[in-house]
Amino acid sequence: MNLAEGVQIVSFGILAAAVLISALGVVLLKNVVYSAFLLGGSFISMAGLYFLLNADFVAAAQVLVYVGAINVLILFAIMLVNKQEEYVVVKGAGVRQVATALVCLGLFALLGTMVVSTPWAISSVAPAGDGSIVTIGIHFFTDFLLPFELVSVLLLIALVGAIVLARREFVPENLSPSGEDEALMLPERPREMVSSRDDK
Amino acid sequence: MQLQYFLLVAAALFCIGVFGLVTSRNAVRVLMSIELMLNAVNLNLMAFSNYVDPKEIKGQVFTTFIIAIAAAEAAVGLAIVLAIYRNRDTVDMEQFNLLKW
Repeated sequence: MNLAEGVQIVSFGILAAAVLISALGVVLLKNVVYSAFLLGGSFISMAGLYFLLNADFVAAAQVLVYVGAINVLILFAIMLVNKQEEYVVVKGAGVRQVATALVCLGLFALLGTMVVSTPWAISSVAPAGDGSIVTIGIHFFTDFLLPFELVSVLLLIALVGAIVLARREFVPENLSPSGEDEALMLPERPREMVSSRDDK
Repeated sequence: MQLQYFLLVAAALFCIGVFGLVTSRNAVRVLMSIELMLNAVNLNLMAFSNYVDPKEIKGQVFTTFIIAIAAAEAAVGLAIVLAIYRNRDTVDMEQFNLLKW
């Protein structure tokens, strides 16, 4: 990327702050809808960090898949299960949170020490830059061909599995002889209609 | 720009994800924390691929795989959350101890 060093550092600072602050918001905010939107902001800032790392293809894939698919899926799930419920108070929840925070801070300190103290073998070769998508495509169809095909099969399996898990199994007690039972035609009916049918 | 900055940001993001994973009561928020952790791993791989392996950029290939697997994981996870919500009528993680003991 043809940016001056100062511009890179400033934009890295802004993007890193955006990523970390929105991630903290995702974890700490009470309202889960705000968390979902902040998660989208965190994903977009992460795509900016990928641009700083000379990876335009992965940045575009990040925006398309994470923001366009996963975040929207999470928002739909929140809308489907968004019941305002008062959580039962669990004994020792505060102690658990403090202990978890301490463990996470310790983990961060450990990782940070490792990152700073390790002499990384930084390569001096010029990065692929704009040709990165060509290199990725060559990898996909030569040495990573089997994982690539496996990922496509995995996505198909996950699609079928998600449908099987999320769909409501609804088998009527007595099937009509003509086979045109309304319950079989509408297997995704909401629960209120099911209960009103039982009332009859 | 240095490799260490990106690795530190990724480490902080991973720790935030772990914290959210352990302390959240809402099942959807747990899934969001898992996405944060996957993003931290992605940032690590991208930083290494840019600074250590800039010619082959295998890290970007792995990141693409992880993005695909994260999409599959989100779909299946949210389907499981929906199924549990339909059965137990709650999304509180403390209530989901059916297979715990």
